[in-house]
Amino acid sequence: MKVTKEDLQNVAVLSRLAIPADQEEKYIGQMDKILTYMDNLAELDTENVKPTTYALPMQNVFRKDEVKESLDREAALANAPLKEDGYFKVPKVLED
Amino acid sequence: MKYEAVIGLEIHCELKTKTKIFCGCATEFGADQNTHVCPVCLGMPGVLPTVNQRVVEFGIKAGLATNCEINKYSKFDRKNYYYPDLPKNWQTSQYDLPIAEHGWVDIDVNGEKKRIRLTRIHMEEDAGKLVHSGTTIKDSNSSNVDYNRTGVPLLEIVSEPDMSSAEEARAYMEKIKAIMEYIDVSNCRMEEGNLRADINVSLRPVGTKELGTRTEMKNINSFKNLEDAINYEIERQTEVLEDGGHIVQETRTYDPARGITLSMRSKENAHDYRYMPEPDLPPIVTSEETIEKYRSELPELPDARRARLEEEFGLSDYDAGIITSSRAMAEYFDAVVATGADAKLAANWMMGDLLKNLNDEGIDISKSPVEAQRLGEMIQLIMKDTISGKIAKKVFKEMWTNTDSPEKIVKDKGLVQITDTKAIEGIVDEVIANNQKAVDDYKGGNKKAIGALVGQVMKASKGKANPQMVNKLLAEKLG
Amino acid sequence: MRLYEKPAHVLHDMLVNKEITSVELTEDVLARIDEVEGDVKAYLTITRDEALAQAKAVDEKIANGETISFLEGIPGAIKDNICTKGIKTTCASKILENFVPPYDATVMTKIKAENPVILGKLNMDEFAMGGSTENSAYHPTCNPWNTECVPGGSSGGSAASVAAGTAIWSLGSDTGGSIRQPASFCGVVGLKPTYGRVSRYGLVAYGSSLDQIGPVTRDVTDCANILNIIAGHDDMDSTSSVAEVPDFTKALVEDVKGLKIGLPKEYFVKGMDPEVEKAIRTAIETYKEMGAEIVEISLPHTDYAISAYYLIAPAEAATNLQRYDGVSYGERVDGEDLVSMMTNTRTEKFGEEVKRRIVIGNYALSAGYYDAYYLKAMKVRTLVAEDYAKAFEQVDVILAPVAPTTAFKIGEMAGAPLQMYLQDACTVPLNLAGLPGISIPCGMSSKGMPIGMQLIGKALDEETIIRAAYTYEQSQDYHTKMPQLGGNN
Repeated sequence: MKVTKEDLQNVAVLSRLAIPADQEEKYIGQMDKILTYMDNLAELDTENVKPTTYALPMQNVFRKDEVKESLDREAALANAPLKEDGYFKVPKVLED
Repeated sequence: MKYEAVIGLEIHCELKTKTKIFCGCATEFGADQNTHVCPVCLGMPGVLPTVNQRVVEFGIKAGLATNCEINKYSKFDRKNYYYPDLPKNWQTSQYDLPIAEHGWVDIDVNGEKKRIRLTRIHMEEDAGKLVHSGTTIKDSNSSNVDYNRTGVPLLEIVSEPDMSSAEEARAYMEKIKAIMEYIDVSNCRMEEGNLRADINVSLRPVGTKELGTRTEMKNINSFKNLEDAINYEIERQTEVLEDGGHIVQETRTYDPARGITLSMRSKENAHDYRYMPEPDLPPIVTSEETIEKYRSELPELPDARRARLEEEFGLSDYDAGIITSSRAMAEYFDAVVATGADAKLAANWMMGDLLKNLNDEGIDISKSPVEAQRLGEMIQLIMKDTISGKIAKKVFKEMWTNTDSPEKIVKDKGLVQITDTKAIEGIVDEVIANNQKAVDDYKGGNKKAIGALVGQVMKASKGKANPQMVNKLLAEKLG
Repeated sequence: MRLYEKPAHVLHDMLVNKEITSVELTEDVLARIDEVEGDVKAYLTITRDEALAQAKAVDEKIANGETISFLEGIPGAIKDNICTKGIKTTCASKILENFVPPYDATVMTKIKAENPVILGKLNMDEFAMGGSTENSAYHPTCNPWNTECVPGGSSGGSAASVAAGTAIWSLGSDTGGSIRQPASFCGVVGLKPTYGRVSRYGLVAYGSSLDQIGPVTRDVTDCANILNIIAGHDDMDSTSSVAEVPDFTKALVEDVKGLKIGLPKEYFVKGMDPEVEKAIRTAIETYKEMGAEIVEISLPHTDYAISAYYLIAPAEAATNLQRYDGVSYGERVDGEDLVSMMTNTRTEKFGEEVKRRIVIGNYALSAGYYDAYYLKAMKVRTLVAEDYAKAFEQVDVILAPVAPTTAFKIGEMAGAPLQMYLQDACTVPLNLAGLPGISIPCGMSSKGMPIGMQLIGKALDEETIIRAAYTYEQSQDYHTKMPQLGGNN
């Protein structure tokens, strides 16, 4: 097995997703199948191959330092689940 | 066992661009909450960033001014972590190819020069601000988020752990501040959070090389807090080690009110930033030509200016160091000298009365009540013997609260030096007549006794008699 | 023949010649929606009143003797991952159930400048993750040719609406085949432009280095016309190409004489439906007869493209979707503190496939696995692109299947994500290389399901694939066929 329960729960935390114990097996089974298939990549020697981040070769695309209109606050907050006095409101933050 | 501290700084410097790093919202400080926001900096679905060219220019200039190598191929990366002040839940930053690397700056502490190496300078976006409902984060039931600051451009300037005391750390941060002010990329207003530091502190037995476990203190935004936090942390770690304990790698907050650092209940190892290249921003490729163009636009930097003041005006290394330690001070000095004032006198007056008064009242030199022009005029009055150095102190004091020209102040207050031989002669004669003992002492071979007589003449003239003339006349009359 | 059966360029001429009005046309398409939408379910939002108002305004323009642009007054619809100011944009996800963008995607600004009739927003796999539109959080869309089958995905609504006549044209998006595969399954034309040809600003990101918006249309002529409208550099998208945009309608030329067409042997794999292979082989023969030169080529890294794609796309998605946390927009599920609120929101409001890809993506990016998975995939991406570069030294276009089968049954692949991913073998390599590809109908299976073929071009050379597609289309009538649905005829 490639993915342990610990791996899975670690990734779940990184993903801000809860994976209950009764779903762990299903997740691990599917991930194992997928990752095992992807092992075919290891067949390729990529020692001297550069990674491709950008589909097209572009560089130095810049914007001038000129102010554009901001949203008005009502529009900015229109989709907020909870707001207060022109702020977005969130539950208490416990440092992690 | 004796321990030595190993200190490194990550300084975050907000850049003085008009707009944010990845969108056209204004960066202006102090606006109403959530009014400098747009779909891009709010991280709404579908938006894409665009790079503000000034930020790249400022990044390169900061690199050049700190003796860094500029990376010809640089790119942005996503640094992933969840926090409500970060709308996308990643910070667009730079990971393996920052704009500048491998630099250094020199600092002076107690007359000793020390070179502090810079690991790197990278460009990134600032986060928003959380306003907590309670008095501290922990007793708040909710928080409010303001995204105005989200996307304000930052340079993160990372040092090697080359410092070993709070003084050195302060000198280093002052140097970085001076350089950023000189090259005009940041307002460096610490009270507005333009310049803030994360400090890493560890201890190791003196003479050993291996680094100890470090703690980190984030967002230190004054020089005093920087020194206090480091000193406290060195003391705390020393005690832990001496008690046979070990240091926990963690982030601590510095509480300036109590002067202590506190653990933040950290799970440091849970952080996995999963850096990945930012696919929405093409790489930044900088040619030698562009680098040289930016280099040619750099002003004279603190170290060069200091050397020039020493050479050109014969200032001491110490004085030149203080005068060039901020751009505003160096410019003030230049302006005083430009009036025709003697440079050494200018330096003395700045280092003395001016800085003392500014420090006492906590005023920045750029807002000094005695402007460079007027200080220059006053120094010229000394040079022309209109006033003595001693009277000048009175004039300076008056100028602090009176906006008149020094010449007018001297005239209005009747502080013009007495250079009329007849007038001085009268006072001298009187003093000789009334101080027989001193006269006898002098004539008996105690040449130092003339000092007491000069003092009496100055006192009688309310300090206005020209001291050189007094000396000369006394010497003549006493034979 | 009803109006909804006609392509946009025919309807445009009829509007110009005052044979019809835009209101008549719009009413006919809305009537078609009333007749068959219950079976097809291509839409998530229908903006009926706005559509009729737009049509009326166009008719007034025409009555005043003003000239109209190509799409003016012609009803179309937009995939629901393209932001529309003031109109809900959900990405077929519960997490954006009530999200109304305060801005228009750049393609919307360009499309709106044409003054078309916008009918609404189209169904898709949630956040464009899937190949069947079954992953919509709201409802699956059905294939108009057989409503027991999927329309393909993720732009299933875009393809199904055009096939069913519930839209004359639509916009979709393609990250790994999401325009081409549903176009193939539904018997319509779908184009994925070169990466960077069309601005992505306002397209809700899935795999940022792979995503492209493109048209889904009844025929190649409409496709070229709509590409003209949406292509071009955008200051808001730093990855959008600054290359000059040609007039793609100039490529609507019936001529493939001497055109070198490459057939990549790796794309004709075992497990391919023989009927699909036969249709494609027949199309190859047609090209030969029309004077094209067929060249066998090899794209040796094809087998690895799926692996690379299913690491890169989820990794980019994992970060792109981090923003859905219940803080400043979208749905929120309460929790006692911030972390539990975020976790509850994401756990309850994301669907299974989205969560699976986020988990795989974060796994590939996480400490200890980055080099073996993500970095490795990015390197293999280079090899895939180099394969194409070499092939294009010999040929002008590459012809390949779109999918190994015709549309499969709804539910057939449930619970088998890997099997589902493997269906994308012929479409994902282009996205990795950033190349343009078009899917056009080239046959019907014995069960009456459409078969599509794919023409792949060099970067920024949509013209050649449009010319090849157009020439083939002139020799066939697949593009004129309409499925038999509820109220047809």
